[in-house]
Amino acid sequence: MVKNMKDPKDTRVVIGMSGGVDSSVAALLLKEQGYDVVGIFMKNWDDTDENGVCTATEDFEDVIRVCNQLDIPYYAVNFEKQYWDKVFSYFLDEYKAGRTPNPDVMCNKEIKFKAFLDHAVSLGADYLATGHYAQVREKDGQFEMLRGIDNNKDQTYFLNQLSQDVLAKVMFPLGHLEKKRVREIAKEHDLATATKKDSTGICFIGERNFKEFLSEYLPAQPGEMQTLDGEVKGKHDGLMYYTLGQRQGLGIGGAGEPWFVVGKNLKENILYVGQGFHHETLYSDALIASQINWISGKMPAEKMECTAKFRYRQDDSPVTVMVLDDDKVKVIFHEAQRAITPGQAVVFYDGEVCLGGATIDEVLKNEQALTYVG
Amino acid sequence: MKAIYLDHAATTPMHPKVIESMLPVYQDVFGNPSSVHQFGRKARRILDEARRTIAKSIGASEKEIIFTSSGTEADNLALIGTARANRGKGDHVITTAMEHHATLHAAKQLEKEGFRVTYLHPDKSGLIGMEELEAALTEDTTIVSVMTVNNETGMIQPIKEIGELLEKHQAYFHTDAVQAYGVLDVSVAAMKVDMLTVSGHKINGPKGIGFLYAKEGTQMQTLHYGGEQERKRRPGTENLPGVKGLQTAVQVMLEERESRMETYHRYKKLFLETLEDEQIEFTINGELENMAPTIINLSFPGMNVETMLTNLDLAGVAASSGSACTAGSVEPSHVLSAMYGKEDARTINSIRFSFGMANNEENVVDAAKKISQVIKRLSE
Repeated sequence: MVKNMKDPKDTRVVIGMSGGVDSSVAALLLKEQGYDVVGIFMKNWDDTDENGVCTATEDFEDVIRVCNQLDIPYYAVNFEKQYWDKVFSYFLDEYKAGRTPNPDVMCNKEIKFKAFLDHAVSLGADYLATGHYAQVREKDGQFEMLRGIDNNKDQTYFLNQLSQDVLAKVMFPLGHLEKKRVREIAKEHDLATATKKDSTGICFIGERNFKEFLSEYLPAQPGEMQTLDGEVKGKHDGLMYYTLGQRQGLGIGGAGEPWFVVGKNLKENILYVGQGFHHETLYSDALIASQINWISGKMPAEKMECTAKFRYRQDDSPVTVMVLDDDKVKVIFHEAQRAITPGQAVVFYDGEVCLGGATIDEVLKNEQALTYVG
Repeated sequence: MKAIYLDHAATTPMHPKVIESMLPVYQDVFGNPSSVHQFGRKARRILDEARRTIAKSIGASEKEIIFTSSGTEADNLALIGTARANRGKGDHVITTAMEHHATLHAAKQLEKEGFRVTYLHPDKSGLIGMEELEAALTEDTTIVSVMTVNNETGMIQPIKEIGELLEKHQAYFHTDAVQAYGVLDVSVAAMKVDMLTVSGHKINGPKGIGFLYAKEGTQMQTLHYGGEQERKRRPGTENLPGVKGLQTAVQVMLEERESRMETYHRYKKLFLETLEDEQIEFTINGELENMAPTIINLSFPGMNVETMLTNLDLAGVAASSGSACTAGSVEPSHVLSAMYGKEDARTINSIRFSFGMANNEENVVDAAKKISQVIKRLSE
């Protein structure tokens, strides 16, 4: 990174520490590079259970242990209110609207790289660092975000809403490392989190049952499961519990190929199911997306060829992107895509460079919007 | 950069005389005070002497002093031990919403066990009102627990008046004097209390030692089970070096209390004057007249306690919000919430500064200037 002109020891880097191995190693690397490193744990969610046990407390304990090993100061900051207002409310609203939200994208946009960045700046930080697998490159005063070199771990999909202003202040110390190497470094330094399991799932749900969690906040409306021809195949527990292309949890047996969710009818509360992974209803050839962010700060071209990801850890697919208006693009797939899901992010790439992303609103087939997707 | 410590209400540095008095105990007196041989007797003598000094310091008899591991344990014993033992007389406990968590969470435990607990709310100046207490008292009340000095605001509660009110009532009167002992003249007779909690590390003594004064005749169940120590009210081999250190801390404190209080009063004045000179906007939580000289709790409008405390620490000033942390993040103060209401901004923009042995005029002024710098920078 060349953007920093100051001596590392005079450069304060605030690093967001989750108590996981990635941010622990990121902090270690910064410390080794000689920066004035300050570790901060974000408390975004209170999950204290009836026994008073809170995973945030456990995680903060790990942050303390690692920071003491590295001899860096550690603090915590509470963003529960901001998280509720900006991320969780959005999360519930999207489900209510029959869509599948991406709280991680929103959390990065509104909390980690906004509220938390502001907090870091208020602490005199020159940079904010996180343990994300992504890279920042400066080119003629412009910042580019590149995929992490570990293709399997690359997290640019979740970071697609970052702006130039943010990238100017951000460091991703793990971007050039393979996850395997990160674990090794943690073990070599005997970091307290070296063998800690990676967290899975959405942070506020944690290891809990997703269905149970959601039912605490949104009333579930059970209804019928039908084929597209109207044949009743069973009952569903509430449309919000299902995503397009899902196979598990349908409970439809019988002969032939397995059954999949192929659509939702929000109005009539019907879950459409069909047989076969490659059920034709799941396939589309274009999408409309809004809430676009171009990392460069401007739309690269009115019409462009690039690649896109429609979900995390998916291979890129070649697409044509056409600007419809200020906040709307049409993305045409070169090959039909399966189970494109409204509410999820579509993220654009030019080789290793992440160009930006948008939120999927509509899914098209033969220029017709698919009605039953959600 | 030498960090300045303004958090003596959290804990205090040990007085050199305390450390000096503990060393020989660590080195030479390893005996168990309960043993029937000379090694035991040597240890027992130290225990007895300390108990005498400590009892005398509050006008109690030696039998009324129960050594505990902490103020928290003493508070727990006072509330839970006494409430359980007196269940036949009633199941009602009165305390305040601004107590230390050692008391509050003990009260919550009593609620789980079926006791009814009334939490008195202080007024806006941080004081408990006598009328509220009188109104809350019932025939079933067995314990009233009100702290002598609040740990967040430093407000001195009307303990004597409460003691007088309760003189004719069956309820035992307990006070958590952890912040008061060392600041005020603490006499159990004058205060008319039945139980009183003190912690060693708040008065330049060691950590891991405290005591509960329990008036002769107080019915109390133990919370621990084991040997005969502390007349069965607190079994477990005594923390002898801790007891010795506590005794020395008490002796030093008694000698120096008055002059120290004058000094801390001066520090507080200097501190506030410096902030005023720097044209920092603040209000005082509580009233200066009824406040311990060691503590000052200030609200800085527009600030956020977490951001401020982190900034202050990075700038070399150690202070605190006084209230609990969950996962390291500062929760709104329950004391200020009790005074002002949950939604009041002061619950999340206030900081407690507390003076003590680690301070001198110079570093108090220096700290106030650093605080001013941080506030000015954050206000930009």
